[in-house]
Parts: sequence; C-alpha cells; structure tokens
Amino acid sequence: MPAKNYAATRYSALDEINGANVGKLQVAFAFSTGVDHGQEAAPIVANNTMFIVTPYPNNVFALDLTKPGAPIKWSYQPRPAAASQGVACCDVVNRGAAYSEGKLFFNTLDDNTIALDAETGKVLWKTNLGDINTGETITMAPLVVKGKVLVGDSGGELGVRGWLAALDTTTGKILWRAYATGPDKDVLIGPGFRSFYPSDNGTDLGVKTWPTDAWKTGGGTMWGWIAYDPDLNLIYYGTGNPGPWNQEQRPGDNKWTTTLFARNPDTGAAKWALQYNPHDEHDYDGINEQILVDMTVGGNPRKVLLHPDRNGHLYVVDRESGEIVSAKPYGHVNSVLSIDLKTGRPVMNPDKLTKVGTVVHDICPTASGLKDWNPSAFSPATGLMYIPHENLCMDWKSRPVSYIAGTPFVGAEVVSKAGPGGNRGEFTAWDPVEGKAVWTIKEDLPLWSGTMATAGGLVFYGTMDGWFKAVDAKTGELKWQFKTGSGIIGQPIAYRGPDGHEYVAILSGVGGWAGAIVSGDLDPRDPTGALGMNGVMADLKTKTAPGGTLYVFALPKS
Amino acid sequence: MSSPCRNPEWHPAATRLLPFALVTMLAVATNEASAQQAAAPDAQHGPNEIAVTGLFPNGGSPPPLDRIGTRFEGNKPAIAAGKELFGQMNCTGCHFNGGGGMGPALMSGHWRYGGRIDQIYASIAQGRPNGMPSWQDVLQPQQMWELAAYVKSMATSASSSASQTAVPGASVKP
Repeated sequence: MPAKNYAATRYSALDEINGANVGKLQVAFAFSTGVDHGQEAAPIVANNTMFIVTPYPNNVFALDLTKPGAPIKWSYQPRPAAASQGVACCDVVNRGAAYSEGKLFFNTLDDNTIALDAETGKVLWKTNLGDINTGETITMAPLVVKGKVLVGDSGGELGVRGWLAALDTTTGKILWRAYATGPDKDVLIGPGFRSFYPSDNGTDLGVKTWPTDAWKTGGGTMWGWIAYDPDLNLIYYGTGNPGPWNQEQRPGDNKWTTTLFARNPDTGAAKWALQYNPHDEHDYDGINEQILVDMTVGGNPRKVLLHPDRNGHLYVVDRESGEIVSAKPYGHVNSVLSIDLKTGRPVMNPDKLTKVGTVVHDICPTASGLKDWNPSAFSPATGLMYIPHENLCMDWKSRPVSYIAGTPFVGAEVVSKAGPGGNRGEFTAWDPVEGKAVWTIKEDLPLWSGTMATAGGLVFYGTMDGWFKAVDAKTGELKWQFKTGSGIIGQPIAYRGPDGHEYVAILSGVGGWAGAIVSGDLDPRDPTGALGMNGVMADLKTKTAPGGTLYVFALPKS
Repeated sequence: MSSPCRNPEWHPAATRLLPFALVTMLAVATNEASAQQAAAPDAQHGPNEIAVTGLFPNGGSPPPLDRIGTRFEGNKPAIAAGKELFGQMNCTGCHFNGGGGMGPALMSGHWRYGGRIDQIYASIAQGRPNGMPSWQDVLQPQQMWELAAYVKSMATSASSSASQTAVPGASVKP
C-alpha cells in the first residue's frame, strides 16, 4: 500500500542507506511511464515486482525486479473514457494502487475500480462506481482492509456528492457505500454512533445542516487517505470540501463535509465523526492523511491519530473517542485563530471570512491549504512527524454560481500568492507530543510530493523543480540530492530488492493542482487560472517541463 | 473581411436547406450589423462548414470563414453577452479568465481545434473528445456565437496587453 502500513507511517525499517553513505546513492534503473501528467502515485513493491499506475490513461506496469534493469513483466491499459479528463479538477492524477492477496487494485479516472492478477496482469473484475456526466472521477489510491477494497470519489469542485465504498476483493461487488451528505441511512450513521462533540451528534445532520436539497450537490468527496486500526477495528478518513465554494449559497454546518470519520470496515457503520471545518469558507478539505501512533499525553498513554489539516492545524485526535487532544498551527495561518478544544470547532478570524462581491485579501493558508494531499511520514526512531507543505495565501472573491451537472460548481475567484517570507514551500519536522516544530526547511516552490522516513535516519522528499532530496531525520541537514527529469509530486518508497539490498524509488513528473500550469500548459497571465494557482506558480514553466519517469536509487555495488 | 461570393450562406446547397424567411432575415441582419455595433448580431444557426485540421488532401482548402462569424467577431455587444454567458454556464470553472485550469488556456493564442470564430463555435457546440462538453442541446446558436466571440476576444486582448507578467505574485507580509 502507498502508505507502507495501516498506520500510514511511511516509515521504512531498512537502514542500509544511511547518513554516512547516502552521498553515494546512484540511479539503479529508470523507467518512462509514457504519460506526462502529474505523477502522484507511489510505486508498490510486492513479490519482487514493482507496480506503477500512471495518471490518465491510468496504464499499469509491472516491472520484474529479479532481472537486470527491471524489464516489463506485464502491462495493462484500461482505456478510460477520454472525456473524464474534462471533469478532473486538478490535473488527471492517480495516487497509486494497492496490493493484496496476489491482486493489484487501482482506480481509473472514469470511475472504475479494477482488480488485476498481480502475476499476469489479467483482469479479475471491474466495477463501475460513478458517472463522469455528474462530474465524478476517481483519483485516490484504494486501501484493502479485511477482504474489502475501500474506494472514494473526487469532484468536490463539480458539486459531486462524496462517498466511500467497500468492494469485495474477490468479486468486486459493492458491499457498502457511505455517503458524506444526506440522511443518516445514506451516511451509515446508526445507533452505535456517538461523537465526542455535541455539534457532531444529532439526527440526519447531513440534511438539516444544508438549505433544502443542497446536500445532493454538496461535495464531501473522498480522494485522500485511509488508515486502519486492526485492534479497534476502525478505519479513519476525512471528507472533502463542501460545494459550492461560495459559502453564501449553503448556510449551515454542511455536514459531513471536511469531516473525520471513524467507521467499522465490516459494515461501514460510523462510530464517530469530527467535523474539522464546519461551514468551510476556504476550500479546506479534510482528506489529508491520518497517521496512527500511540503516544504519552500528560503522562497517560493514548491511542491517537495525527492529521495535518488544510486549515493549517496539526490535529492530535484520540482515535477511540474522537476527542481532539491538541491542534496547533504547523505554519503561517490567519484564517483560523485557534481550535476550541471544548467544542472541537475552529475559531474563525472574522476578517478572513469570504463574501459575495468583496475581495478578501491575504487569507492564509490558501485554498489548497497549508498542506494538500501529499502525505507526511512518522519515524518511531525520532518520534517526529515530517510534513511536506505549502506556505501560500490568497485573495478570494465569491460570486453566485448555478449548478449545471458535469460542470464546475465553485462560485469563487481566487488568486494565490506566497506566504510570509516569500518561500512557497516548507518541510517541517514536528514533535507531536510537544506540539511544535523541531526544524523547518524553506523551499522556494510549494511542496507537492509526499515523504518517507527510514531507519537509516533519513527523510526523503522531492521538489516541484525536480530535486529528489534526502535530509537528516534529526537535524534536517541536506545529505544528498539528485535532479530528476521533471518536477516531483510523487510519493517516495524504500524496498528491499531480490538481492537483499535497499532501494529508494520515486516517480518524477510535475502536475497536480499546483503543477497544472506546466502539465496543462496553462497561461500564467491569468492569475485566477487553475483555481487561483496560476499566479503564484507563474514561474514554474521556466523551472521544469512535463515528464513521467520512475527513478530507482541504490548504493554502488561493492 | 469577406466578400459575398465567399459567403457560405449564399452557397446554393446551403440556401436550399434554409427556410426562405430565415435567409431573408439573415440577409437583413447582415446589412444592419455592418452599419453599426450598437447590438449583437442575430444568428439562427451555426457555421455551415467547419474543418478543425490544417491538412487538406489533393489540394483542398479550408472552408471560407462563415459569414455569420465575421459579424460576431470583434462585436462589442456580442462579446459582452458572451462574457456574461461564460460565467453563467460555468465555463469560468474550467477556463477561468482565459488562463485555463481543468480546460485549456484560451488566451494563449494556441488552439487545439482551431482559433477561427467558426471553429470555436464548433468546439462549443459539438464538444471535443478530451473533455470539452457539447453545449448544442443547452444553448441557442445565438448564444454560442456570442460565447465564441468572447473566447476569440480573450486571445486578441491578451496579445495586446502588456500589464500581465509571468512572475509569481507578491508575497504576504507577516
């Protein structure tokens, strides 16, 4: 699975590559994906085979790691509908596949989940989960839990109603589907549901916290990450932004958008919910990762999850009860003053609330958040969380928008800009116990790549101009870097090869929301383009070009 | 810009397909539009012949620019109406103010399917295979001509504007 384990730590216990020898790291082999859109996927390694899913057209490659140069073992082309490209909000990305039970599971942009025989690439089943004519796509990496493939949808900028579905790994049959909006029976909220905070309890809040019928086009999509605690038998994931972005068209809390759910994977039944951003006004989706750790809080051991929210706060949440243990800003934030631990709700800055017809200036963080989808890592060796994130602010003007199925349902004009200091990205090592940053690396460009920590005392991440970096996990000191062919927005992994040695892999290829200006050849003269990213990324075209290449690194053979 | 002999509306085959009253009305509209730009021209149908390629085997040539298109192109009331529709139909959600996003940039001067106003009309009406929806069942020809006039104007005004620079915006002060 892309997140390495159910706790989603992205921590590799391999230590052959370490601070003393990482300077000698060199390319072991490379492989062109043949697609030059944003490569957000993590390569997956199982049974001496590496599996890659490309952005649309979502081609799958299996590479044989037992042979020199890792030749293609098999490949598969799902041929998704070309029109699906027109309803994907932020480049035509795919965040990777999942391997389980000798099968490879992945999603296509046109709303299909496909299971392949991992040995042969033969299609075992294909299940359609949505309709691109409603604006619905799928970009997330599935997670397999207890014989079920968990899949969610994308389309929060097109008035798509969000859901998470569980498919039988053997047959592809849909076993349950939990919607993010609508009546309790659709959200799979029943008698066993009990949230920690009062405003997250009540009947049919997915209907009552909206104007009439607005929940049907209200978003809450699930295009991010799922974690699983086998002991508690609970899955954890967050839902996306409410639609439209123009908040005046949807008075109310807009449940259950931007909400953390704890659910029983067997039935989908919700155990509790925590809405991060009730009545979100800034596109602060709740889909970012949850890292499950056990840590001591105030002298007591607690089972918690760590969630760096788009709203700029690092939530430490008790994963049994849903109580927020702490929530501190991990970068520059002015839209949210604090998180009220008594109510669980953010205290909003009235000066940064959005309105129709008025430009509200310098809202921090910007719509893509202090951090977007690109996942953090946690090292049990250092006790630190490594957060690749942004330092962007925005100007926002809302305007009325009509719902036309299959078209954007946004109603806002946004212009992003660099945050204080001018550096658009930051890589922060965070102490979740103390609730503070230990060190921070300032990056010129926003960080849109994931990260990985290793037992070798290193942390890996990439930059949007193509540098793949290894830094010291304790100090942040740069130990090694390599310039790849295009900007990096992928997820690094480490694996032990058939020869017993450690390898590190990353996909290079710029794109995604922040990189769409390059992958989509957008015009930087319109700063509102790409939902406000164009202005702040105007120089990216002078720093990198589209690409799609896997790089695998190893130490020289001695 | 176009001479009567190149006007496809006057082509005998095209004329046969049109009701007599419509042909008369279009002819009147042509005369009025050429006189002044106080109002958007009227149009009851889309372009007659369109090619979206630059390849014409055996010495063929592009079809002449549609006569209706010449009346809409650069027409200020039509462009203003098109801009309004561009927002109402959520075109802005994909193309923004011409810079593009989910959809391609429209101000760059690079056109995948042709940058003539009649070609732009055809892209709006028919849709295009990599994600452009087909609007011909939703919008009237008049509206699609207005949209095409606005889209065409984006590239024209962008090339004459020097105010926008390709550097990242200023950063926020702490």
